[in-house]
Amino acid sequence: MEAFSQLLNGFAVALTPINLMWCLVGTTLGTAIGVLPGLGPALTIALLLPITFKVEPTAAFILFAGIYYGAMYGGSTTSILLNTPGESATIVTALEGNKMARNGRAGAALATAAIGSFVAGTIGTLGITFLAPIVVEWALKFGPADYFSLMVLAFVTVSAVLGSSAVRGLAALFFGIWLGLIGVDLQTGQARFTFGLPELLDGINVIVVAVGLFAVGETLYVASRYRLGKDEIIPLSGSLWMTAAEWKRSWKPWLRGTAIGFPIGAMPAGGAEIPTFLSYYIEKKLTSTPQEFGKGAIEGVAGPEAANNASAAGVLVPMLTLGLPTSATAAIMLSAFQSYGINPGPLLLESQPQLVWGLIASLFIGNVMLLVLNLPLIAVWVKLLQIPAPILYAGILVFATIGTYGITQSPVDLILLYLIGGIGYLMRRYDFPAAPVIIGMILGPLAEQNFRQAMTISAGDWTVFFTRPLSATILALAALALFGPKLYQLAMRPKPDHVPGDA
Amino acid sequence: MASGGAQGHQAARARPAIGETIIGVGVLALAIVMAWQAWSMPVSPIYAQVGPTIVPIITALALGMLGILLLVDAVRGGWQPAEEKEVTPDRVALLWIVAGLVLNVLLITTAGFTIASVILFVCVARGFGSKAIVRDALIGAAFALVAYIGFAKTLGINIGSGLVENAIERVIGPEGG
Repeated sequence: MEAFSQLLNGFAVALTPINLMWCLVGTTLGTAIGVLPGLGPALTIALLLPITFKVEPTAAFILFAGIYYGAMYGGSTTSILLNTPGESATIVTALEGNKMARNGRAGAALATAAIGSFVAGTIGTLGITFLAPIVVEWALKFGPADYFSLMVLAFVTVSAVLGSSAVRGLAALFFGIWLGLIGVDLQTGQARFTFGLPELLDGINVIVVAVGLFAVGETLYVASRYRLGKDEIIPLSGSLWMTAAEWKRSWKPWLRGTAIGFPIGAMPAGGAEIPTFLSYYIEKKLTSTPQEFGKGAIEGVAGPEAANNASAAGVLVPMLTLGLPTSATAAIMLSAFQSYGINPGPLLLESQPQLVWGLIASLFIGNVMLLVLNLPLIAVWVKLLQIPAPILYAGILVFATIGTYGITQSPVDLILLYLIGGIGYLMRRYDFPAAPVIIGMILGPLAEQNFRQAMTISAGDWTVFFTRPLSATILALAALALFGPKLYQLAMRPKPDHVPGDA
Repeated sequence: MASGGAQGHQAARARPAIGETIIGVGVLALAIVMAWQAWSMPVSPIYAQVGPTIVPIITALALGMLGILLLVDAVRGGWQPAEEKEVTPDRVALLWIVAGLVLNVLLITTAGFTIASVILFVCVARGFGSKAIVRDALIGAAFALVAYIGFAKTLGINIGSGLVENAIERVIGPEGG
């Protein structure tokens, strides 16, 4: 019940006119970038990071959270009308949603996606409200060794388990960790990997890496295969009011999707793709009209959309209570916290109650705003899809350049941006995931800090990570997550390698 | 994510893949440079136990191991999804964009960011097949101005000055929005 009174205080913060304005700006911008192919929440929040020098933390995080939630709503619109997922977490939505649109039921597909997102987002935010204080109580017992092990677990799950290949995921992760190591070591003042360049002493800015991978790399990738043909936008059709039968078929998938998405998102593993695939699979099993699946079944939109939004809410739990980001967007938000000198972790709820509860309250408000923005105003967003690709991508690169150049006005940052963009292009083309780079870059230095603290406390004894029960358990889980699937494959099949193991 | 299906075919066609081999070699080379840099860092004896070099060394070793695993995969026929393999990248489009990026870096400090942005905008739009250079330049200029006002004035970022920026400053005054 204490959480409840805290939440009421949070609403007092979030309902001030200025914070409502930030929430509206965030949700609107988030929907727009969610709708636009080629732009995502991680990139957008990275470009807006300089705002942390201008406004107070509560306002900035209300803005960022609005973008984060909004992108999830907007992404489904693109999946349904364009069949090109606006976000990776809305791939599944395209399966049935685009078929529905082709059958003249775009309105119903958009409605069940938006309302499902609202239901899941609201329940998920309630989940944060009640789960966060519990996790905090538990996390206060963590020592540096336990934290380090928890970060190792997060590293393994985000890079090795969620992608299509553990080796490529881990390569992306360690590349990110290396980028994070560049610069002066804060503990000893030792310059690391700076290659004698004074510009690198302060380290590489995460903005440069995020924008390079997600804007420059993505643009190069899209350009390299653009002439292959254009996506066809399916015009809005059918009523946005769902029929009684459609409501009846939607509400259970919404709730089931939420029940799948939130816990998976809240685990220190994260990832929004797995719950959406899982929800789709379950709805396909449970439906009474399996023949409709693949031809535009509303359950296949309702469930995964709910799962996607619930897991987006879930990701905020480890992020706020443990300082553990499990998606690229959460990692960028963590760097925003760092920019304010705030350390997310178990003490955050105590030390910054205004910020945390104001943020959570604004998530409830943002969900209501998003429902309005995405149903009655859907026609406005459809217009965005009609922006010609040359203008859209040229604009993205101009914004990316200005946002990056603005940090230091140094051409070195621009050169780095474009180099990382080139690497991002190759990663796309050769199927390396990009999110582990960002997570490794942000979480790597924190993992190192905890590692060194733990080692200092234990006077250099390496076994500390295995003798503390909590740390040992978490490391065992990480090992299981890393090697388990491979061992399972070996046990099940005589042929040892290259079994497609992804969901 | 949707790449799993591609890997089944590779056993049949076990020729080393060029692109993947280069990537494997690149990762391995990076790891070697990292290891060399990490080992040559001076370490004060106070920190000898948990000094600034331990994590860099672990990172270099891990990346080296992954580089070798990638190379093994590459020699066995590579991992690129079939869907990617079938597509020859549009080199002309890529060249236009790279040209835009290079020109942008060269011009942004001298000619100012508005001019550099317009050139970047036109080049990228050309890469995506647009041939209306004048229209693109006008849209690019509008974009650059919006971005300038958005970033320089709202976020308070200094994005340097050139001919155009100084002219704007004279019109709207140094304070701006």
